[in-house]
Amino acid sequence: MASVLGTAVKRREDPRLITGRGRYTDDVQLPGMLYACILRSPHAHARIKRIDVSQAKAAPGVVAVFTGQDLVGRMGTIPTAWLPPDSGIRTTAHPALAVDRVRYVGDGVAMVVAEDRYQARDAVDLIRVEYEVLPAVVDQEEALSEGAPQVHDDAPGNLAFHWKAGNATDEVFAQAEVVVRQRFRQQRLIPNPMEPRSAVADFNASTGELTMWLTSQNPHIHRLLLSGILGIPEHKLRVVAVDVGGGFGAKIACYPDEALVGFAALQLGRPVKWTEDRRENFMATTHGRDMILDVEFAGRRDGTFTAIRVKNIANMGAYLSTAAPGVPTILFGLIVPGPYRIPYAGVDVRGVFTNTTPTDAYRGAGRPEATYLLERMVDLFAREIGMDPVEVRRRNLIPADAFPYNTAMGLQYDSGNYEEALDKALAMLGYEKFREEQEKLRAEGRYLGVGVTTYVEICGLGPSQVAGAVGFQGGLWESATVRVHPSGKVTAFTGTSPHGQGEETTFAQIVSAKLGVPVEDVEVVHGDTHRIAMGWGTYGSRTTPVGGSALAVAADRVVEKAKKIAAHMLEVAEEDVVFADGVFAVQGAPSRRATFQEVALQAYLAWNLPAGVEPALEGSAFYDPTNFVYPFGTHICVVEVLPDTGEVKILRYIAVDDPGPVINPMIAEGQVHGGIVQGIGQALWEGALYDEQGQLVSGTFMDYAMPKARFFPAFETAFTETPSPHTPLGVKGIGETGTIAATPTVVNAVMDALAHLGVRDIDMPLTPERVWRAIRDGRDGA
Amino acid sequence: MEGQKVAVRITVNGTVRTAMVEPRTLLVHFLRDGLGLTGTHVGCDTSQCGACTVLLNGEAVKSCTVLAVQADGAEVTTVEGLGSLDALHPVQAGFWEKHGLQCGFCTPGVMMAAVALLKENPNPTEEEIREGLEGVLCRCTGYQNIVRAIQYAAKQLASEAEPSEQVAAAGGDA
Amino acid sequence: MIPSAFAYERAASVKEALELWRASGGSAKWLAGGHSLLPLMKLRLSAPPKLIDISGIDELRGVARVGDRVVIGALTTHRELATHPLIRETLPALSDAARQVGDLQVRNRGTIGGNLAHADTASDLPAVAVSLGAELLVATPDGDVVLPAQEFFLGPLVTAMPENGLLKAVSFPVPPGNARGVYEKFPHPASGYAVVGVAVTAGVDAQGVVDFVRVGVTGAADAAYRAQAVEEALLGREPTPDALRAAAAKAADDGAIAGDAFASEAYRRHLCTVVAERALRRALG
Repeated sequence: MASVLGTAVKRREDPRLITGRGRYTDDVQLPGMLYACILRSPHAHARIKRIDVSQAKAAPGVVAVFTGQDLVGRMGTIPTAWLPPDSGIRTTAHPALAVDRVRYVGDGVAMVVAEDRYQARDAVDLIRVEYEVLPAVVDQEEALSEGAPQVHDDAPGNLAFHWKAGNATDEVFAQAEVVVRQRFRQQRLIPNPMEPRSAVADFNASTGELTMWLTSQNPHIHRLLLSGILGIPEHKLRVVAVDVGGGFGAKIACYPDEALVGFAALQLGRPVKWTEDRRENFMATTHGRDMILDVEFAGRRDGTFTAIRVKNIANMGAYLSTAAPGVPTILFGLIVPGPYRIPYAGVDVRGVFTNTTPTDAYRGAGRPEATYLLERMVDLFAREIGMDPVEVRRRNLIPADAFPYNTAMGLQYDSGNYEEALDKALAMLGYEKFREEQEKLRAEGRYLGVGVTTYVEICGLGPSQVAGAVGFQGGLWESATVRVHPSGKVTAFTGTSPHGQGEETTFAQIVSAKLGVPVEDVEVVHGDTHRIAMGWGTYGSRTTPVGGSALAVAADRVVEKAKKIAAHMLEVAEEDVVFADGVFAVQGAPSRRATFQEVALQAYLAWNLPAGVEPALEGSAFYDPTNFVYPFGTHICVVEVLPDTGEVKILRYIAVDDPGPVINPMIAEGQVHGGIVQGIGQALWEGALYDEQGQLVSGTFMDYAMPKARFFPAFETAFTETPSPHTPLGVKGIGETGTIAATPTVVNAVMDALAHLGVRDIDMPLTPERVWRAIRDGRDGA
Repeated sequence: MEGQKVAVRITVNGTVRTAMVEPRTLLVHFLRDGLGLTGTHVGCDTSQCGACTVLLNGEAVKSCTVLAVQADGAEVTTVEGLGSLDALHPVQAGFWEKHGLQCGFCTPGVMMAAVALLKENPNPTEEEIREGLEGVLCRCTGYQNIVRAIQYAAKQLASEAEPSEQVAAAGGDA
Repeated sequence: MIPSAFAYERAASVKEALELWRASGGSAKWLAGGHSLLPLMKLRLSAPPKLIDISGIDELRGVARVGDRVVIGALTTHRELATHPLIRETLPALSDAARQVGDLQVRNRGTIGGNLAHADTASDLPAVAVSLGAELLVATPDGDVVLPAQEFFLGPLVTAMPENGLLKAVSFPVPPGNARGVYEKFPHPASGYAVVGVAVTAGVDAQGVVDFVRVGVTGAADAAYRAQAVEEALLGREPTPDALRAAAAKAADDGAIAGDAFASEAYRRHLCTVVAERALRRALG
């Protein structure tokens, strides 16, 4: 039997989703359920002088109205769970509803609970709040300047933390042959999963158990944090997040409104549902990116890279969201040298409070920002020394025989064959031919350009010891249980929490391959803290390398035990039993055999088990990885820039990614597609805009340009498969490669198209007007 | 106006449903909260995302921008009425076959829009499909597999239609 | 996103609609497809106490040729505008514009009446209406009035519609048979609305000289306008590429061009010329 690994098994999660039978949080309907609606601050910074809720309380259907004052001493504040070490981090109090001051447009001020959605919404309009508007600051550099409005009294100068790492010194740069400097702005992005956030809480007073359905990427982390905020012991708090409509990092954080829904259910003794609308999502769900990056890049005229260092001023928004401080520091800084041999690297990161929506992880989280500046600098460096950008990369890529490779930032890359991916991508494009065509078309006034990115990323978060060392207030191991039923059917429990990535299928493939049972016989269970002991969720491309590994180990343990039972059944020594394709057979006598299903039944009947073997057949693992994993690859984009409007047309997009052995090529390709679109979205269209008063100008899908189908050609994707030496299946990760690679690839392509005009850099997103102006200025300058 | 209720009679997935609704009740809330048909989702407020797309008298509409009272007397088809597990609509089959969904949240709306698209243009080019998806947003798939899913469905529908067309043609000749 | 509560009534005739409106004390709004009004109401930017549903009024339906004009009922949807044989034949610029409104779902619900009466500055159809000199037929309690499109669009969401008026139909003079009609737009990547949209209906005589040209621009200014400078530059000339370009260069001359976060005034002016040239090339090239 051929292994089910590496095959395009159709998704197990799809039947319910394509027939409208998914159960997303807002789909949950409970008898007697109430609906909550939150009044949010219209001001970026203001003192709350008075709140009058009397009219709202008297409105039809209203059951309760809570203000920040009502919560003081009755529920905890919202914690920050990632505290980078030696950074002087200041975690200021974050109450679930503002008590005396609002700090961003969207900050919660009061919550109404009513009999139905419409009544709750109506009553919110009846709350009268008297504000004293205070000066606001939205830009992080401005926030650091003297005399800037102070977001928090206990964070002077608005500095939330200051973190440094690396070995690059002034001297290295002073002695360099060539130094290229550039400032980049990583614009603010809005993650916008299509499912708005939602929470349903149901308290059972007789058992003391609170059940919460949440739009969460990590229900166990939510349970842990909510348990503290609400004062409910973990074994009495059940968090369910089975069908979640996308996250992209925005559903990692534990949010004030989620805690409020739990609080209201406890107070009122009735189920409570709250679902944000899209406008609230824009205002009150975490944003991504928003960094100002000053980069220095050093090398020699022969093309050798020698050093890179970055000053990062990161906009954290008004409060430090759950994982936020780890994004511009650890997840960004450690990967700055990328896939190249760069002996010296350094980062200096300041996290800054502003009167804006808090930022946190957004697909790629830190790694896209690092990859962007590196790949842009490589192109600028190549241009500076007059070398082809592909050639300069090739000269500096870490060679395949240099792994494991220790980087200047202290990471050990596990495995790689970077040049193989580069060559494959170049071959798919026909690089030389493209350059000729480009030259020809340029003479006709058509501006074509090619961008190339060679990247490596940190995935598979991560070894718990390392998590502790970098200030993450949790472990990052993963749990798995493989429960074989007497019939030989299998339930596999994972502590990861996929929400679109397809692990109900790929994990079933892993278990199926290990146990030799049909994929259909394996049911994967996730997203319910009462069914799964513990877990750390889905983000950072950790689900398959960490959660899948846990499952593989657990399945091995099942086989180990089953083999003992089989040997006993077959009346031979354990060493004489071979297990393949779901059959235990006696070595050299293949007709003496027991199927996996027969063994499973025997394990449960337990009439005749070998000495010392307990009944039942189940394996568990608490797998703690020994290192991160480091997927890599090469992306290439060909664009045409229309000189008359500045529009950028994507003509071709080629992605060669190496996520280790691919479990399901169809699903892996889908992950790449989605990532590319989000990455290009940042390059060309997406960007959140605040005005000076801190109002979010791009606060709807009318203003914030989400990528649409017609913006893209069909992508050309391929994989190389270099196993990780330290994960049981050799797998790495594939969830974020697209967003990490696509953004610089596209921008490099546009800069290449305009190189003959002397255009060096354009701020993202590369809107038609910005490109048009760059062309005009370039022509004027040329 | 407070408390005004209006009687509506809407045929949903072939079943006549009558109710007294507030005039402001959005069709999507009537379907979800009123009838418990939660397959139709709400993804935005400004009629952009298309997650709430249903068929109203056979035409794709955004049910977050239609009042239930406007659907009075009409026929509504939601994803629940599109096809069942043992008899999937070709569009559903295409989405499964071609991995046209990831988180699945936008999917019901995208599929309903696809049904309408194929009704209007049974044999669309890739470009026409991409243009036809203007009214839906998907954050997961990058659209490529949605395009493939719709192409798959177009082929299925064409091969389903063929025999009956032949019959019709034969009938016409006679 | 939930609208404020409102009262709801259905009108079976224009007369009844106007009576219901008067009975509301003048505070009611018309509801047809709802695709302009409901989004505003959901954001609570509009909270009319009463909606009068006019979608069941047969008088507001239908597309017909009346002499040298085509009269289009206010309830005609964008989809019908895009596909109706008479409109495609006689008013190709209108069907081309309607085809590009919003998306499939929106075109199925949105109506020409709602679109024009709403008067979004970036809406597509006003460009066609002003370019062809359409007339809006409005019923009022004091009798019907006729409003020329060129005097109808006063500013963002502001029109010359009488407060007590109900738009019944839009009447377009049929352009000469040799004219081709097109609509070109540079859509906003998020909303799909026109950053700049240009409607052109134009034709050449037997000598190859432009004998009919009408140009309307939307999106660029605070209201759609007729680009007469472009027309004047072309009328009586041969539509050579140079002539088209020179004429298109005047596309911003007749409007009060405005900028926003996506496109500055200068860029929009420039886009007017580019989009106008594309449209002229399609119509006359």
